Amino acid sequence: MQTFKDFKDSELRHQDSICVNESEKKETFGENFKYLLIGIGFGIVFVKAEIVSWFRIQEMFRLESFFMYGVIGSAVAVGALSVYIIKKLKVKTIKGEEIKIEPKTFNKGQIYGGLLFGIGWAMTGACPGPLFAQIGYGASVIIVTLLSAIAGTWVYGKFRDYLPH
Amino acid sequence: MFEFFKQPLPWYIAGPLIGLTVPVLLIIGNKTFGISSSLRHICASCIPGDIPFFSYNWKKELWNLFFVAGIFIGGVLASLFLSNPNPITIQPELQNYLAQYGIQNFSGLVPNDLFNWSNLLTLKGFLLMVVGGFLVGFGTRYAGGCTSGHAIMGLSNLQWPSLVATICFMIGGFVSAWFLVPLILSLTI
Repeated sequence: MQTFKDFKDSELRHQDSICVNESEKKETFGENFKYLLIGIGFGIVFVKAEIVSWFRIQEMFRLESFFMYGVIGSAVAVGALSVYIIKKLKVKTIKGEEIKIEPKTFNKGQIYGGLLFGIGWAMTGACPGPLFAQIGYGASVIIVTLLSAIAGTWVYGKFRDYLPH
Repeated sequence: MFEFFKQPLPWYIAGPLIGLTVPVLLIIGNKTFGISSSLRHICASCIPGDIPFFSYNWKKELWNLFFVAGIFIGGVLASLFLSNPNPITIQPELQNYLAQYGIQNFSGLVPNDLFNWSNLLTLKGFLLMVVGGFLVGFGTRYAGGCTSGHAIMGLSNLQWPSLVATICFMIGGFVSAWFLVPLILSLTI
């Protein structure tokens, strides 16, 4: 049973987030290792496709290579087809729960924040995921970039109410 | 056979594998795919500072921290066992452009001439690593997602706000790569 407290908490977790745990079931600590394994596979693909390379990101924005457009385009195509099938066939989770994807509401943050992130993306050559992979691959100084990104998120949280949305 | 796995993956294999993360996360645990949220959970778990935006039950999103820890470990494994013996292929246009600014080392994932510890104390390095990182963390949360959350998960679910965000990511990136990055690269301090 979902309590009012759970409801408020879920609402807060959804704030400015697309990536949320929608499950109402409790997971044991051990179950988190499933996500660790998926992350490992994901990290290997990231590095092996050189998506986490600063050079690839410059080539993408300078329109010198099709590569990243191919990666993102085919990822979206497979993702969209999967979501369509899941909705159409009402596929359930392995625990028999109904799959829920919260629709996204528009606010101006998607424009202002999107532009700011884009500027940072071309500078660092990395979005948040690749930062973790680059550090793992041995670029130790990227720890500073990651800490700075965490600081950026914190400053956003602190001043959120004063920013236009 | 093992040699095969050392070659770089083509986009038509890497892209679909990344796209498959969307249904896998949904089916194994009703989780919507995204990565930048992990930065928020790190704030909520380590430095919440009584800020309402960080006062939620982050343990419910612990899975996301395991996921990014996995990405880190994936990077370690790839460097230990699967690293490509050949130098990464860089388009000649990009090589020429970077050579103007004295960048000639193309061996790493990030240009070692720019991203190194001693460069942190130069204006050029500070802007690229520290200010760039800050914009990534601030901008993704302000936008409510990053490339994975908006461009992949959001677009897969046909959400138009995610399309707006993705277009803004690209506009910001184009402006930055064409005007701002060359300006920063030309700095000598």
